[in-house]
Parts: sequence; C-alpha cells; structure tokens
Amino acid sequence: MRKWSFLLSAAALIALPLASCAEPASNGSGGATEGTSGSTGPATSRLQTVINRGELVCGVEGNIPGFSFVDDSGNYSGLDVDTCRAVAAALFDDPEKVVFRNLDSTERFTALVGGEVDMLARNTTWTLSRDTSVGLEFAPTTFYDGQGMLVREASGITDLEGFEGRSVCVETGTTTELNLTDQMRDLGVDFEPVVFQDANAAYAAYSEGRCEGMTSDKSQLVARRSTLPNPEEHVLLEVTMSKEPLGPVTINNDSAWFDTVKWVTFAMIEAEELGITQANLEERLADENPGVRRFLGLEGDLGSDMGLSNDFTQRIIRHVGNYGEVFERNLGQDSIFGLERGQNALWSDGGLLYSPPFR
Amino acid sequence: MTSITPPAATRPPIAQTGPLAWARKNLFSDWFNSILTVVVASVLLWSGWGLVTWIFSKAQWPVVENNLGFMMTGLYPQAQYWRMWIIMGLIVTLSGLSWGILGRNQQYLFGRSVLIGIGAIAAAVILFPLTRPHSPILFGMVALTVATAWVGQQAGKRLPALSNWLAAGWFLVYIASIWLIGGGLGILAPVRTENWGGLVLTLLMAVTGIALCFPFGIALAIGRRSELPIVQSLSVAYIELVRGVPLITILVMGQVMIPLFLPEGVRPDRILRAIIALTIFSSAYLAENVRAGLQSVPRGQSEASVSLGLNKPLTLILIVLPQALKTAIPAIVGQFISLFQDTTLLAPLGLLELLGMANTALSNPNYLGRYAEAYAFIGVLYWFFCYAMALGSRKLEQQLNTTH
Repeated sequence: MRKWSFLLSAAALIALPLASCAEPASNGSGGATEGTSGSTGPATSRLQTVINRGELVCGVEGNIPGFSFVDDSGNYSGLDVDTCRAVAAALFDDPEKVVFRNLDSTERFTALVGGEVDMLARNTTWTLSRDTSVGLEFAPTTFYDGQGMLVREASGITDLEGFEGRSVCVETGTTTELNLTDQMRDLGVDFEPVVFQDANAAYAAYSEGRCEGMTSDKSQLVARRSTLPNPEEHVLLEVTMSKEPLGPVTINNDSAWFDTVKWVTFAMIEAEELGITQANLEERLADENPGVRRFLGLEGDLGSDMGLSNDFTQRIIRHVGNYGEVFERNLGQDSIFGLERGQNALWSDGGLLYSPPFR
Repeated sequence: MTSITPPAATRPPIAQTGPLAWARKNLFSDWFNSILTVVVASVLLWSGWGLVTWIFSKAQWPVVENNLGFMMTGLYPQAQYWRMWIIMGLIVTLSGLSWGILGRNQQYLFGRSVLIGIGAIAAAVILFPLTRPHSPILFGMVALTVATAWVGQQAGKRLPALSNWLAAGWFLVYIASIWLIGGGLGILAPVRTENWGGLVLTLLMAVTGIALCFPFGIALAIGRRSELPIVQSLSVAYIELVRGVPLITILVMGQVMIPLFLPEGVRPDRILRAIIALTIFSSAYLAENVRAGLQSVPRGQSEASVSLGLNKPLTLILIVLPQALKTAIPAIVGQFISLFQDTTLLAPLGLLELLGMANTALSNPNYLGRYAEAYAFIGVLYWFFCYAMALGSRKLEQQLNTTH
C-alpha cells in the first residue's frame, strides 16, 4: 500500500511541472482564439458586454503619482484614470461608472486577455511585439515619454559610459529594463542591474543609495525626484534611451470596442484643438461652425454609427474635460509636478498630438 | 590566607536587595559583564534615541493621519463608516463576554497588570493624536470591554453552560460582520467587494482563511494517517502538491489565471478567490502540524480507548484528537500567524488590503516618499495582531495544560 501511494504522488509531482510548461503556450493561443470569436459577431463585442454590465472595468497601475493613485478623498485620480473616466462618460454619461483594478506590470496583459479588465490605462508602452504577438490593440498615445536616467550630482556620472561597474535600479517586466540592457550592451558598458517588482521599492532603494542610477520614464523621474530627501542633489542625465508612447490598450480583434476607446481618446485631443473646454462647452453648443457642430454630435450620426450615443463627445468634455485640461490638472502647471507640455502639445503647437478629422 | 574572622570595621553590610544590588549582581558582576553592559546599553540608548527623535521630529505623520480611514477600511464609502463601528462594537462586546465567561472562576478578573493595561489603553486612546478624533467612541469601546467582561463573569458564575455557546456567538458575529460590511438583504445599502479594503479586508481574509483551513487541515491529517489506500494517497498527494508550490503561485493562479479558463461573464469574486487560495495553501501546512500532534499521542491511548469499548471514530474524536491538538497548538498558531502575514502577498496582485492600501496612499503626490512612516504604522498594526494571536495561544496552552 505504501509503495502504491508513493507511485501515485510521484506521478502527480511529475505531472505538475509538465502541466505548467504546457500552460503558457495554450494561454497565448487561447487568448487569440477568444479574441477571434469576439469579432465574429457584434453581440459578443466587449463594447456590448460593457454596456450591458453598466460599468467599465479599467486596469490601472494604481501607484503612479500623476497617472493613477488614490487621492485624499478616496477617489482614483490621475491622467490614466481620467482616460478611463472619459470612456465611462462616453458610454454611460457618468464618469463614476468605472471600477478600477490595480495591476502590476507582469500581470496586466494576462488580466486583459483573461477578461478581468475591459481596458488598460496603465502606463503601457506601445511596441510592435505587444501590438502583434501579445495580441493587444493600442489606442492613441495619451502621453509621449522617453526613458531617462536619474543620478546623484555628486557621483560625477555624466553619461551612460559612467556606469561601468556601477549599479542601476530598474523595475522588472517593463520595456525600461529591456532598453537599459540594450543600450548598455550597445555601448559595451558592464553594469549591474538591480531589479524590483514594485516602483515604490525601486525608488526607495535608489534613495537609500543601493544603486548609483535610477532609470524609468522621464516623467516618472521628474515626479519622483521631487519626493527624494534632497531633490536638488539629483540630476537627470542628458540621454533619452528610448521612445515611450503610453496609451490605453484593448484586446486584439475586437474592432467595435477598440474603436470606442480609440475615438474617445481622439475626442479629448480634438476638443482641445477646437478650443472646447469644460467651462465653455455650453456656449460652444450654440457654435455655428459645422466642424464643431459635427464634433459635438449636433449634426450627423458620428456617435450613433459607432454604437454610442451621438453626444458622446459632449459627455467626455462635460465630465472629464479636453486633453489639455486633463494634462494640466494631473501633470502640468496645476499639479505639483509642473511638467511642460513638450511633445505632448498639439501638433499645431509643435507637439505630437494629432487627431484625425471627426467626419 | 584569608581570615575567617569578620573585619573589625563596623560599616553596614552592602545591600543585598533593591535595584542597585540587582544591577550589581546581574549587570556588573565582573569586568567582562560590565563592559558588555555598557556597550549594549549605549547601543540601545543610541538607537532608541534615534527612533524617538525620528518619531517626534523628523517623521511627517500626515500620510498616516489623513489616510487612516483608507488604511482601516480601504475605499469603503465614508458615509457608511458607522457600520465599521458597529462591527467593532460587536467584536468588543463578545470579546468582553468571552473573557468574563472563560475567567469566571478567577477571583479577580481585573488583576493589577490587567488594570494597568486597561488604563494605558484608555490613556493612549485619549492622548494619541491619531486616535483623538475618535477618542469618545474608542473610550466607549474600552469601557464596553470592561463592562461586558464583568457581566460575563457574573453570568458565567450562574450559568456555566454559557461557555459552550461562545463559539456559536462568534459565528453569529462573523456572519453579522460580513452582512454589515457588504450590506444587502434589502436593509443596508450594498457595498461591492471592490470597495472592501484596508485592515478590514486583511482581517476578513485572515479570519475566514483560518476558520476554513482548520477543519480541512485536520481532515487531511487524519486522511494521511488513514488505512484506506485511496483516502491516504489522495491526502498525501494534496499535501505534497500544495506544499511543493510557493504561495504566490497559488495566489497568482487564483487572481490572474483562473479567469482564463472560465467562460466570459463567469467571474468569481476576487476576495473569495483569494480566501480560497489562502485556505488551499494553509490547510496543507496545517495538516502536517496536526499530523505531528497525532503522532505524539502514545499508541497506548488509543489501545486503552479501544479496550474500553470505544469504536474508531469515537477514539479519534474523544481521545486522540484533543491530545494531538493540544500538543500542536504552538505550531498551529504559528501557521495562523503566517497566514495572517501572507495576506500581504495579495497587495502586488491588486487587492487593496492593508499593505496595498498603504502603497496606494503613498503614491498620492502629497505624501510621496513617506514610506518609512506608512510602513512603520502598518508594521505596528501587523505586530499588534500577530502578538495578540501569540498571547491568545499562550493563554490557551496554560488553560489546557493538564500535565503535572
């Protein structure tokens, strides 16, 4: 009897690693087929699921100042959060009809593919592999970032070559980590990466001096520098290691839902270009300009053709505001970060934000 | 050659009692001990002084003060905070009653050290800046504990059978607390589980996990020692499978992977999934603790019981298990404490329990970089609950100690 039970448990123990090896492969294909079946009929689009449910489930980081965090009154707040709220406002005319789910960098795509969340607004960099093989769709970029490097001024490091034999703190599972190794390999610099699962831990380690450099997106570094014990002792190196276009993400092969998220994002940009703000929305409704009237849904069927209400742009502006307002509120001059618009200005102001015509 | 005659001097003998004598005897008995005492004392003083200056002058406590509500209850609607007070009141009442009923045979329920403890808590509640906004309620809670303990002792003296009903009382309080938190039944406004969080969620997950893993653990331990081959091999397979997998794997499986296998729209609640994962993990370890207890019971006990005519289940329930569990108490409570702390592993998976809530509060731009304060605060909270469990287990051991 003893031998028999031993054999059984041995078989089970052998089966376990085999099963776990087989899992990732089946996940990838499982996610893709799930998405494909989603596109075959409009009834199974995520858009309809969300509308039937009556609320949006939005995956956010939850711990990034300026992008997503819980404020003093217990509400989620930040640029990413406002993107989610804009989608909820467009769908339900109520920016509160959204449930936020905190996701860490390694589980975010699994959560999206598994349907735990409807969309991600979680500082996710748009890359080819994520767009194709991971099976995601990237809505328009809501924040153009670039990877930078924060060092102590006293360390005397002025460029990446200065990191020979020194250590860099970095969050794992991110493009940041990959860019860092790529750049250093390219330069032939032998450095020591110190990886962390959690951004808070990475910055704390840098602050305690466990690494000479801290690398992340520049917006993050600027924001976090203001929280270090002596902010003036730290400088950003004059290098940009990568392009980091950050934007909302949905699942592949679900055009109706992807279009919704995409055009809600464009609507915020277009509203700024047209000069429509939360404050002047009511008077602009009387505007004679056909472009403005079409945008606001007073003419044509732009909204209803998408399966939304015709006034979805009005709802977004009324509840959340245009892109410029959202930026200034969370990251720009109205916030403690005071970031310049820079690349995140409209195309007409020398930035990269550009919305295709609403027509 | 020393003289055995006493010296002629008439000085009084050196004091043999009192703090000075104690210090001489224990701290400065020879030169090595003296050096050791001085070094250790200065290190302690130096670090203690550093801690005190940090707490009172360097640390900035608004991160804890302004987020206290979030850390306690997560994103629970503030208009419904009264429900939390009611739950606390229920728990305090029943704790007091239990204390009184279980201690009904003690001559003084409120001995000197207990009175000092109560006084210290009452003073802290009133003077501590963090609790000052709520000091009337909290003071009331302390008073309620004392009052119900007294009532419990009086009632327990008249009706000793009351102690058998305490478990049922705790079960009712547990059900009532879940209902108060979640609302429903058409009486209270429902609060969705996404908004449960903070310390309340930590305690809820830990208590439920502990309550569930206990029976499962015992069943698995008995199953592993069973003579039925299927039962035995299944128990062994379960225990060894689960023990061979890190807890975080099971938690990620529950939080992230399970939805991949389920059809669209079927989404078991995340908190439920977390509790199930914790239970699955803990019951395997608990089973081994209980098995150790079972093996410590001498064979003669069950043989004697059988010879008295008891059948196998009765022997197990009445003779073996009580002795086994008594021996296993320290290990079992250790398992419970680690389960309580393991709930923090859910923070990176996006559940806003105590640690997750602290992390979220820390990313508010107003409190950026105040890790030390927030983590120190929740560290004290975790310590408090773990120490309370350890203390409880020690009391239980003393009470059940029948060896002479």
